[in-house]
Amino acid sequence: MSTAEVPLISAAGLTKFYGVRVGCLDVDLEAYAGEVLAVVGESGSGKSTLLSLLSTQLRPTRGSVHFRMRDALVRDLFQLEEAQRRLLSRTDWGFVHQDARLGLRMNVSAGGNVGERLMAVGWRNYASIRREARLWLARVEIDGDRIDDLPTTFSGGMRQRLQIAKNMVSAPRLIFMDEPTGGLDVSVQARLIDLMRGLVADHGLAVIIVTHDLAVARLLSHRIIVMRYGRVIETGLTDQVLDDPREPYTQLLVASDLRG
Amino acid sequence: MRADDSTMIRLDGVDKTFIMHLRAGAVLPVLRAVKFEVNAGECLVLDGPSGSGKSSILKMIFGNYRVDAGSILVRDGDGWSDVARASPRDVLRLRRSVIGYVSQFLRTIPRVGALDVVAASARDNGLEAATARARAAELLARLGIPERLWQLPPATFSGGEQQRINIARGFVATHPVLLLDEPTASLDKKNRAAVIDFIRQRKRSGAALIGIFHDDDVKRQVADNSIDVSRFRA
Amino acid sequence: MSTPPVYNFAYLDEQTKRTIRRAILKAIAIPGYQVPFPSREMPMPFGWGTGGVQVTASILGPNDVLKVIDQGADDTTNAVSIRHFFARTAAIVTTTRTSEATIIQTRHRIPETPLKDGQILVYQVPIPEPLRFLEPRETETRQMHALADYGLMHVKLYEDIARHGHIATTYAYPVMVDQRYLMDPSPTPKFDNPKMHMSPALQLFGAGREQRIYALPPYTRVLSLDFEDHPFERTRFTAPCALCGATDAYLDEVVTDDRGGRMFVCSDTDYCERRRPARQAGDGGERGHEHR
Repeated sequence: MSTAEVPLISAAGLTKFYGVRVGCLDVDLEAYAGEVLAVVGESGSGKSTLLSLLSTQLRPTRGSVHFRMRDALVRDLFQLEEAQRRLLSRTDWGFVHQDARLGLRMNVSAGGNVGERLMAVGWRNYASIRREARLWLARVEIDGDRIDDLPTTFSGGMRQRLQIAKNMVSAPRLIFMDEPTGGLDVSVQARLIDLMRGLVADHGLAVIIVTHDLAVARLLSHRIIVMRYGRVIETGLTDQVLDDPREPYTQLLVASDLRG
Repeated sequence: MRADDSTMIRLDGVDKTFIMHLRAGAVLPVLRAVKFEVNAGECLVLDGPSGSGKSSILKMIFGNYRVDAGSILVRDGDGWSDVARASPRDVLRLRRSVIGYVSQFLRTIPRVGALDVVAASARDNGLEAATARARAAELLARLGIPERLWQLPPATFSGGEQQRINIARGFVATHPVLLLDEPTASLDKKNRAAVIDFIRQRKRSGAALIGIFHDDDVKRQVADNSIDVSRFRA
Repeated sequence: MSTPPVYNFAYLDEQTKRTIRRAILKAIAIPGYQVPFPSREMPMPFGWGTGGVQVTASILGPNDVLKVIDQGADDTTNAVSIRHFFARTAAIVTTTRTSEATIIQTRHRIPETPLKDGQILVYQVPIPEPLRFLEPRETETRQMHALADYGLMHVKLYEDIARHGHIATTYAYPVMVDQRYLMDPSPTPKFDNPKMHMSPALQLFGAGREQRIYALPPYTRVLSLDFEDHPFERTRFTAPCALCGATDAYLDEVVTDDRGGRMFVCSDTDYCERRRPARQAGDGGERGHEHR
């Protein structure tokens, strides 16, 4: 099977209980290179829990997550050493948080933020680090003049783009996004989505994006998972699920969407 | 499942029923046992009154609507793929290389300019970036979209302009199967003629087309066969 | 004995000394690694060198010769107090001569006189964690050390260069120990960093308030962090010591009058004295200090 057919990341029976409360239950999914998978649902649907499990920030109660490493071997993520997982999350994965303060060092300049992953893997030439940082800032449409500015001086949209640059610098193959457009103006959201589409197309990225915004899911994702109360309600091609929803809850969700 | 060499699309026993859970589970059967074939180089026209399910058929072939029963076979390289049973990834693949679609509505991506929208479709179909842009430019010019609009996102265009972007998107690629849903609805005579031209070109290169046409004149000029969809009314 | 027999030798009880020695042995076995230890209440507040004092107290023997310096000088309040503390509680010989000491407790400087095999340098450390001000969470910094995850330290140096054009850290300059652990050398000036590298002496670091001990066994590789294109540079002084003429020592600025007069003299008082012929107090440098 060519690598295009082997999922980059897959989950089987992924379950998380908080005591008796269900975080998520028996979730199966797969994500592939060059594709965006949206996980949609309302508050409490378990979508953020799912993202945390997939990115190994939380340990599941049951179930497994498998990831295809750069050497093409598929590994069970929770069987890896902590050091290996950390390395993955620093190099092969990216994570864009809803609140940029969780994904950036707010007391470090934009250039320092973008350069951090490089320095973490041993880059020791200041000029090279800076050059690479400038490249990525340009790619996410942040003015090069801002390279020494602190993210506290950036707008919300700029902070999100800086998060993306910070993650992309290590050439990750998989990006996790948690409501990245939350709280942003519509035009700013559009810019962010456009950037992500370009990156997915240019770099063959796999993206798993959690969002409650169906319009974002429609614009960005190829496939979609609808969640409610921690369970998968429906899954499939994004346009199919949103245009021809089968499940009652999905129909409700689609009908309720203000932007139609 | 025998099909001769030139058959490109074959529907058999296709059912479609909508269940409206928000209307207390009201069941709305639309189509029953749809069956037809289209060969390479042919254009099949779907006729029938509004609401008879013509668009739904196109959408099922494109994988945009689910199929409740039956099969939708499309020629896929040397073999066949059944869209009704294809996995989401396979449908995506089929859309890139086999099945094209010119819809009635243009869902636009906010910041992408018209030229890029069309070129993207060509790139997905496998064309190189530069070639894709060149082809896109050709088509837009042919359809009379002025160059000054090429960098602008189509969301601000008129209905007719948006329709022409849709058409350019559908015809810039070389899908062996092309689905057309009212492609000439808001066009003037000149652009209708351009569309007829495109359709003929694609037919000549061996594509199989299925179309819904409002305009009798266009229908007459492009149709090789037609089928009244109301005979499949559920 | 003039000291009333109220204190155990070197103040600490033997059990505590044993615990601290275990920590010291562990620290020596893992150069640069911060070993936790149960810091005791000492008769001086935190911030006055309790870590260093506990280390010294644990290793001191009756035949040891102790020198105590503070910013290079034997005669500051801090140094004098600690020296008297051990003189009282251990009745050991004390000295100001680096070359004659077996144990040297220091705050913020490494002696200029090269150390020898058999000598022990005990550093007083306020904040043992080099990453602390970048990453406030102890849980995180422990993980970073465990996984040798030190990119963040270079981020700090990058920021310096971006902001100031050069690495602006001038003291407590971070080092890599044996290519494994990132270490804070204590607030010694970066001028002193090269002295830690491949030293014949044993170097022990004690942080009393933070309850950590770390160590550099003799002949350990200790390299200051830098960038290829911004390499580590020792501070250079533009003029020699006004008292002894040394050009290779760390100099302090001394204000001599209220008209802006100042001069630069060796911070290491012992080193400076030994370089010049004996002078009377009040001649040249205005630093009245005891001759021994």
